[in-house]
Amino acid sequence: MSNLTHSTAADLAAKIHAGEVSSVEVTQAHLDRIAAIDSTVHAFLHVDTEGALAAARAVDEDVAAGRPVASPLAGVPLALKDVFATKDIPTTCGSRILENWVPPYDATVTRRLREAGVVVLGKTNMDEFAMGSSTENSAFGVTRNPWDLDRVPGGSGGGSSASLAAFEAPLAIGTDTGGSIRQPASVTGTVGVKPTYGGVSRYGLVAFSSSLDQGGPCARTVLDAALLHEVIAGHDPFDSTSIDAPVPPVVAAAREGAAGDLRGVRVGVVREFTGEWYQSGVLGAFERSVEVLRELGAEVVEVSCPNFDYALPAYYLIAPSEASSNLARFDAMRYGLRVGDERGNSAEQVMALTREAGFGEEVKRRIMVGTYALSSGYYDAYYGQAQKVRTLISRDFERAFGEVDVLVSPTTPTTAFRIGERVDDPVAMYRADLCTIPANMSGTPAMSVPAGLSEEDGLPVGLQIMAPALQEQRMYKVAAAYEVARDKAAGGALINRVPELEVAR
Amino acid sequence: MSLSTADLLDYDEVLERFDPVLGLEVHVELSTNTKMFCGCPTAFGAEPNTQVCPVCLGLPGALPVVNGKAVESAIRIGLALGCEIAPWCRFARKNYFYPDMPKNFQTSQYDEPIAFNGSLSLELADGTVVEVGIERAHMEEDTGKSLHVGGATGRIHGAEHSLLDYNRAGVPLIEIVTKPITGTGARAPEVARAYVTALRDLLRALDVSDVRMDQGSLRCDANVSLMPRGATEFGTRTETKNVNSLRSVERAVRHEMSRQGAVLVAGGEIMQETRHFDESTGTTSAGRRKETSEDYRYFPEPDLVPMAPSADWVEQLRTTLPELPWERRKRVQTDWQLSDLELRDLVNAGALDLVAATVDAGAAPDAARAWWVNYLSQEANSRGVELAELPISPSQVARVAALVAEGELTNKLAREVVDGVLAGEGEPDAVVESRGLAVVSDDTALYAAIDDALAAQPDVAEKIRGGKVQAAGAIVGAVMKATKGQADAKRVRELVLERCAG
Ligand SMILES: [Zn+2]
Repeated sequence: MSNLTHSTAADLAAKIHAGEVSSVEVTQAHLDRIAAIDSTVHAFLHVDTEGALAAARAVDEDVAAGRPVASPLAGVPLALKDVFATKDIPTTCGSRILENWVPPYDATVTRRLREAGVVVLGKTNMDEFAMGSSTENSAFGVTRNPWDLDRVPGGSGGGSSASLAAFEAPLAIGTDTGGSIRQPASVTGTVGVKPTYGGVSRYGLVAFSSSLDQGGPCARTVLDAALLHEVIAGHDPFDSTSIDAPVPPVVAAAREGAAGDLRGVRVGVVREFTGEWYQSGVLGAFERSVEVLRELGAEVVEVSCPNFDYALPAYYLIAPSEASSNLARFDAMRYGLRVGDERGNSAEQVMALTREAGFGEEVKRRIMVGTYALSSGYYDAYYGQAQKVRTLISRDFERAFGEVDVLVSPTTPTTAFRIGERVDDPVAMYRADLCTIPANMSGTPAMSVPAGLSEEDGLPVGLQIMAPALQEQRMYKVAAAYEVARDKAAGGALINRVPELEVAR
Repeated sequence: MSLSTADLLDYDEVLERFDPVLGLEVHVELSTNTKMFCGCPTAFGAEPNTQVCPVCLGLPGALPVVNGKAVESAIRIGLALGCEIAPWCRFARKNYFYPDMPKNFQTSQYDEPIAFNGSLSLELADGTVVEVGIERAHMEEDTGKSLHVGGATGRIHGAEHSLLDYNRAGVPLIEIVTKPITGTGARAPEVARAYVTALRDLLRALDVSDVRMDQGSLRCDANVSLMPRGATEFGTRTETKNVNSLRSVERAVRHEMSRQGAVLVAGGEIMQETRHFDESTGTTSAGRRKETSEDYRYFPEPDLVPMAPSADWVEQLRTTLPELPWERRKRVQTDWQLSDLELRDLVNAGALDLVAATVDAGAAPDAARAWWVNYLSQEANSRGVELAELPISPSQVARVAALVAEGELTNKLAREVVDGVLAGEGEPDAVVESRGLAVVSDDTALYAAIDDALAAQPDVAEKIRGGKVQAAGAIVGAVMKATKGQADAKRVRELVLERCAG
C-alpha cells in the first residue's frame, strides 16, 4: 500500500507544492497502481501515460522555479470520464460507434483541468453514452466494484467511482443525468457531487440528455470534492445554459463543516424515499446517519415531496427523447464507426447499418422510446406531460427548501448489485436512480457521501444531501461535518476498509 | 422525365374552373460575418470544408451559442414586415436524417417564431396593389451542401457517391412564410414574382442579406393549390423548390397551375409532395415520394435558453430602420415631381436605384429618368440583360446629361456618346473627343456655312429677307448637313435670321 496512492488530493497537493514530493512521483505511483490492478478493476478505457507525466513535469517545474502553482490542485492526478472531449486522446463514451474517435478539441472541463495543472491520467469506463446504472452497458467490458469484484461499481460513471475506490486516482470527474455521479459514489463508498444545472460547463461533454446532464467532481473526501468543484465550475460563454454567477464557496464550506458544528442547520428527511424497493441495511445506515446529523446539532424534520414519485417515469420520457435527437449525429458521415460503406449501399443504408452495429441494446431502447415519445400525436401525452411533472418536482423542492436548508435521503435504494443481476430487467436497473433523479429534474444540486456499510452485505451505503440551486455550500458543510463525525465514530475513513486488491503479475 | 403538353391544362381553362391559392416560403441567408451558432465565417465561395468548427460540424459535445447580430436582423426584418415581435421565444429541433445536416436535426423555430402576423404590400405592373399577409418570420440554420455523383437524377437516391461541403452548415437563415394568398386568379404567377421582388428590395434596403437568388442567399419555395371556383376549402398543395430566379418563380407557379388543373380535370388527385423546378424546361417534377408523411419530432432546443428581446431594444430597432422601399418611392415621387404613371414606369423598369444614383451624381431627375427608362431600357432589352448590368455607370450618364445641359452636346450627339460608352470606348469626354462629337459653337465657322447656303439658294434667301421667316428652315437644314449635325440648330436659325435682317 502506497502512501501516495492512498492520500487525499488535498494532502498530495500540499506536499507537491511544498516540494516534499514531485508531481511526477505522485503521477507515476498512480500509473503503477493502474498497471498493477486495472486489469482486474477495468476502471480505465485509456491511460495517457505520456500526457500525464508531461503535465506533472510542468507542475514540478513551476514548483522548482518558485513560480505560483496554477491552482490548489496543481500536480494532483485525476481520472476523467470518457464522455468529455479530450484533444488528441480518444473519447468513446463507452460506445462502439465512437471507438478510436479522437476529438480535435478539449471540453471546457478538460481545458479547465489542464489549466489548473491537474494531471489527467486517462479516461474512465462508463455505460454507453451514460445510459445505465452499472457500467455493464459499456461496449468495452464491465468495471468491477473494488469492494466486491463480482458486483457493479454503479453507473454510468462506474469507471470514475471504481478508480477512486481502487486508489488508482484521488480525484475523478463524472457526469450526472439521473444519478450517474451519486449512485456510483454511493455503491463504492466515495464522494460524488452533482452541481446545480449550469454550474459546470457542458461544452465538450458528449450529450445524453441536454437538459439534465451535469458534470461534477468525484473524490474520496468531501474537501477533495470541493477543491475539484471550484476548479471545474463557473460560467462558460460556450455553453448557453451555463449560469453566469459566482461559484458557491464550497471549499470554505467544507472546511467550516469539518469543525463538526451543525447547530442552526435545518435538515429535512424526504418521507417518500422509503418502501418496498429499499434494502433494510440501506435504511438502517440512513437512519444512523440522520442520528449523527442530529448529534451534530442539526434540527431534523420530516418533509414531504409527493411529486417525487413521478420523477422516475417522467425522467424516462425526457431523457430518451433528448437522447434520440442528441444521438442522431452518429451517422458515419463525419467521424466514428462506418459500416457498409461499399458499392451499392446508399448513404441512408450506411447510416442505418452503422447505427445498427454501433449502438448497444440500451442505447437503441432509449432512442426508440424517445423517438416514439416525440412523435406527433404523442408529444403532448408524453414529452409535454413529463415537462409538467418536472415543474411539479421543482415546486416540491421549493416548498421543502422554504422549511429546511438541506434535504437528505439514501442515495440509492440498495447497495451494489451483482454483475448480471439486473441486465435482463431494465426497470429494476432504472430503480437504482429512484432517489437521485428528482434533483436532475429540478436542476438543483445534490451529493452523495459515504454513510457506512449495510448490515446484511457489508457494502457501502450513501447519504444523499440536496440543496437549493446555487447553494452547494450548504450541502458541502453538512457533508463535511457528517464525514468527520462518522469517521471518528468508525475509527477511520470508510474507504480504508476496501479489501486490498490482488496485484496482477 | 419529359412532360407532354397533354399533361397541362390550357391556362385560361384553369382559371375558368379553378381559383389558385399561393403560399410562399422564402429563405434568406443573413449576411452576418459569422454563423448562427458559432464563430465560423460565412463568406460565399470558399474552399469546401474550410469554414467549419466543432459546433457547425456537430461534433460530439459541441454546443450552440446564438449569434446576437442574427437575432437583431430577424427582428428588423419582422418590424419592416409589420410583424409583432415575440417578447419570449425559443429555438426548436427539427429532427430528420440527411448527410449534409451535421447533427441530423436542424436548429430552427417551430411554434414560437420571433416575428409573426405582418404584411407586405405589392404593386403590380399596372398599378394594382396586392396586400400579402405574412404568417411568420423565424430563425434557423442552413444545412451544408451535397453533391451527389452518379445516378440518373443528381439526387441522393441512386448516387454512386456523395461529396459534402459543410461551409454553409450553420449559416443564419430567416424563413419568411406568407399566409395563404387567395383571390389573385390569373395574376397568381405575377403576384408570386412581385412578392419575391418586393421582399428582395425590402431585405436589400435593410442591408441584412446579399439577396442573390443565383447564389442561393434568397430561395423561394412556392406552394400552389387549386380549388374549384367559388370554393372556400383549399385544395391539396404542392411545394415547388429549386426556384432560382424571379422569372422562375412566375413560371413555376404558372406551370403548377396548369399541371394541377390537368390532373384535377382528368379526375385525378393532387399528391401533397415536394416538386423540383427545372429551369431549362420550365416544368416541375415530383421528388421521391415518401411512404409516410415526415414527422420532424419538434421539441424545444434544450441547448439554448429562451430569447426575450426587451421592448426597449425592439423599439430602438424600430426607430432606426432605414428608409423602406415604399417610403422611398413616395419621397422620390414628391422630390422629382412624378405622376403615378411616371413613377410606376420608373419602378417597373427597375431603374429607381440607377436614376437616384444618376441624380446624386448631378443630373436633373427628368434627364436621368429619360436616359434610363427610355434609351437604356431599350438597350438592355435588346441585349437581354438587366439594366444594372449595362456597361455604363450612373456617373457616366450624369456626365452626358451635363454636357447636354451645357449645350456641348445635342440629344442626338449625346446618344452617340452613350453608345460609345456602352461600346467600351471609355468615359463620355473621351468618346466626344475620339468621335469628334462636340457641338460646333464657333459662330464664325457657322457664318461661313450660312453664307454658302444662302448663296446656293438665292430664292430662299430672298424670301427670308422678304419676311418669310419659316423659309429659314431650308437654310438651317443645309447648314446642319454641311456641319454633319454638329451645330446647334437653334443657334443656326438665329444666325440665319440675323444674316438676312440686313
Ligand atoms: Zn463553426
